[in-house]
Amino acid sequence: MEQVIFWILAIGTVASSVAVIVPPMGRNPVHGALSLVVAFFFLAGLYVMLVAHLVAVLQVLIYAGAIVVLFLFVIMLLNIQSEDLGHPRPTISKLIGVIAVGFVSIVLIGFILKDKGMAEPPVGLPSDSTFGTVKTVGNLLYTSYIVPFELTSILLLVAVIGAVIMAKRRL
Amino acid sequence: MLDSQIEYIPVLIMLAICSAAIGGMLTLNFLLGPKRKNAIKNAPFESGEKQIHSPKRRFSVKFYLVGIFFIVFDIEAVFLFPWATLYRQWLRDPAFAWVAFGEMFLFLGILSLGLVYVWRRGALEWD
Repeated sequence: MEQVIFWILAIGTVASSVAVIVPPMGRNPVHGALSLVVAFFFLAGLYVMLVAHLVAVLQVLIYAGAIVVLFLFVIMLLNIQSEDLGHPRPTISKLIGVIAVGFVSIVLIGFILKDKGMAEPPVGLPSDSTFGTVKTVGNLLYTSYIVPFELTSILLLVAVIGAVIMAKRRL
Repeated sequence: MLDSQIEYIPVLIMLAICSAAIGGMLTLNFLLGPKRKNAIKNAPFESGEKQIHSPKRRFSVKFYLVGIFFIVFDIEAVFLFPWATLYRQWLRDPAFAWVAFGEMFLFLGILSLGLVYVWRRGALEWD
């Protein structure tokens, strides 16, 4: 049961991620961004399989909800038409990219074959039923990880100021 | 499967039903719907306003600015959510409740500086 759900989610994630850049979806950047939303939903399902409930909800709320909105704004802001890009030309950097991707996939496939696939997960599912819930994560976040939490606010402050400086016409 | 994961099965069923309903409606419409193509039928707003210009044009960067503010304050709200869920539990220990209150006060204080900055810079105005 678990294996079946995992494979459905995993194949869905990979397929929708590939669809972001590969035609027919990838030809139009807006369609690509919508395909990314589908990928994020599948990823949220994988987080549920990992018993990370809060992260799964945040994946849908923040990534599928907010970040993709920003992606869409950037796409419409640039508004690159396919005529602007011209014909795709083979370049040396594309060749290097293909070689690098091929090398990494061969290494990964080699590792998987050597270990006879991934039959046993290295760590079992947590036995604690509250693992990964809002309360457990919150208790850790506001006690042990208080400094990163407060630093987040400074990071967000910097993001706001940076956005205003870059995008505002008259300061 | 854990109990907490089995709780998600209704969500999965709902997603499946929604996808099937939308996909079914679109496919049936595509297969069964009448197709009479002419210039008027292909207009974006049939029997409506004529198009002034193509919608495929650049958007103003101002939309992006609003988008960034939305994300930043969305993330701020996300951090408030677990805190608010836990606060009643922390109230049993008044000493820690004040600490928790103070840390969220500091968090919101720093982000309010951002809001004040945005406001004073006039970034919320659509000029």
